[in-house]
Amino acid sequence: MAPTATKASPAELLRLYAGMKLIREVEQRLAVMFGDGEIPGFIHLSIGQEAVAVGIAAALRPHDTLASNHRGHGHALAKGLDVSRFFLEIMGRSEGYCGGRGGSMHVADMSVGMLGANGIVGAGLPIAVGSALAHHLRKTGGIACVFFGDGALAEGALHESFNLAALWKLPILFVCENNGWSEFSPASRQLAAEPSKLAEAFKIPTDRVDGNDIIAVRAAALSAVEAIRAGGGPRLIECKTTRVRGHFEGDAQKYRDAGECEEIGRKDPINRAQEELRIMGVPDADIAAADEAARRRVDEAVAVARAGTAPVPATALADVYSPRVASKTAGVRP
Amino acid sequence: MSEVRFGQAINRALADAMEQDSSVVLLGEDVGEAGGPFGVTRGLLKRFGAERVRDTPISEAAIVGAAVGAAMTGLRPVVEVMFMDFVTLAMDALVNQAAKARFMFGGQVSVPMVVRMPHGGGINAGPQHSQCLEAWLAHVPGLKVVCPSNVEDAYALVRAAIDDDDPVIVVENKALYATKGELPEPMSAVPIGRARTARVGNDVTIVTYGAMVPVGLAAAAVLENEGIDAEVLDLRSLQPWDETAVLESLSRTHRLVVCHEAVEAFGIGAEIVARLADTGFDELDGPLVRVGAPFMPPPFAKSLEDWYRPDAGRVIAAVKRAIA
Repeated sequence: MAPTATKASPAELLRLYAGMKLIREVEQRLAVMFGDGEIPGFIHLSIGQEAVAVGIAAALRPHDTLASNHRGHGHALAKGLDVSRFFLEIMGRSEGYCGGRGGSMHVADMSVGMLGANGIVGAGLPIAVGSALAHHLRKTGGIACVFFGDGALAEGALHESFNLAALWKLPILFVCENNGWSEFSPASRQLAAEPSKLAEAFKIPTDRVDGNDIIAVRAAALSAVEAIRAGGGPRLIECKTTRVRGHFEGDAQKYRDAGECEEIGRKDPINRAQEELRIMGVPDADIAAADEAARRRVDEAVAVARAGTAPVPATALADVYSPRVASKTAGVRP
Repeated sequence: MSEVRFGQAINRALADAMEQDSSVVLLGEDVGEAGGPFGVTRGLLKRFGAERVRDTPISEAAIVGAAVGAAMTGLRPVVEVMFMDFVTLAMDALVNQAAKARFMFGGQVSVPMVVRMPHGGGINAGPQHSQCLEAWLAHVPGLKVVCPSNVEDAYALVRAAIDDDDPVIVVENKALYATKGELPEPMSAVPIGRARTARVGNDVTIVTYGAMVPVGLAAAAVLENEGIDAEVLDLRSLQPWDETAVLESLSRTHRLVVCHEAVEAFGIGAEIVARLADTGFDELDGPLVRVGAPFMPPPFAKSLEDWYRPDAGRVIAAVKRAIA
């Protein structure tokens, strides 16, 4: 582990803070727009979990690949997606990342290794395992990373993926965002096992961190990624975090008590990073400037997305299949 | 020309593709050391090494899911699912991931993967090792499905499947693995979506695929003695299927029977006759007739399985209804 990993310089922490603040600003705006009927379909917000996305992504390189899940806005933005094209996709515009075919649950940008959010719980794990196999066989020097919630710990595909990745010593970082909720049910009613012990059963080294502490998440990620790049095989980081909003927007959360929601405010990763910045002596004006930059970026993106065009039905069938191309390896007979 | 078995032709296709393209890798349960349950991948581990010929744990969801991620990021994986019945365990990876990635990501990425899977009965393997589930997969936009009936097409369709930029399911009938045929030199791929006329005839068109092609030909030989000249079309590809070729044949024979080993209800035959009832209506001089297994799980006992699987007698009876 790099000696500086457990600490961050003021400038570095300010960058991490700005990354979290952008995600928060994006999702708060999405919540308002969803409430106003501007966003179709379902959106699942990661408010309160930003430190996981930003802290992990800080250890990844552009050609590292990332598989995400239904609560994936933060992962996508932290991996470097453009905010305007992100909003365009979530609003179902043809200029969006997926031409309006995917929406919130399928945002992807292959150019930065973002292999997609995913509407199926646990489905990103095997995809990331396969991408790790591709990194290994193609000797790219890259690694794969996958984010999943504690709810995915009950999925069979997760156990199969842990086993396969460990057997083949693949370059993959598993990141469990343990927010204690599987949709509308508490973890206590979902899983008989301790989350971190599951991966250890497959001999995957596991680190447990406070997922609302951006510096701790980044430190764990740097350490794990270094070990993975060195050929050490898969690692798991379990990040204990908090889901502030409901399972999806519009979820009244009648299953949660008020005490828990109050406690959430004290754990907020962005407030905590802000306090840390002040302790480090970063001027309030610099923090305010980061806040303002995030707001401006989102204002611009929303304006661009509102001006985007709806995809026309004449283009609907494009990309169900790839364009026909001449045979690459085999001669074709009629 | 060389005479090889059906399984050997697939082995040759895999080997030739791996030889020409280092991104082609094999994944599956016992495909390496054991050479596959039907011997299809025998010798490939030794020739290409354990990095590219990978024995996997019994984890269909992870194997097929990993193939999706590998295909999205630069490999061309070929997965063997030991029996088609086991594809049930990998349906998320196929239906929600492989089939949709290109579309739902707006054309950013293709998923060039192949999943080979043996279907069909005749070896008393019982209800969970004998099913023909190809209609499920042909029903999913984004997937392609092929099903060879002979040695030459087995080679050609496996090459075409590996070459294809989209996920392709290669359905291999277990009863065909030991059949022999000539493999022409040079060997080549055949375009996916093109049917083959297995027998030219004028009185009725028998549309079929896979192991039912020899059954259709046997029925045609019997019918010939009765003065009925049947044309037999081998679809080779089920998704997409060659509607043009079927319509062309129907426009000459004006009678049509579709045969498959899969259950008749909601099957490949249902789609074909429904299309032709529309696009071929003016050509029809008789009912469109289907032959398939009865609507029940494949039975184990030999006496029951023999009765369950469609045979030439059932095809002949169907033809007589079609031309009545």
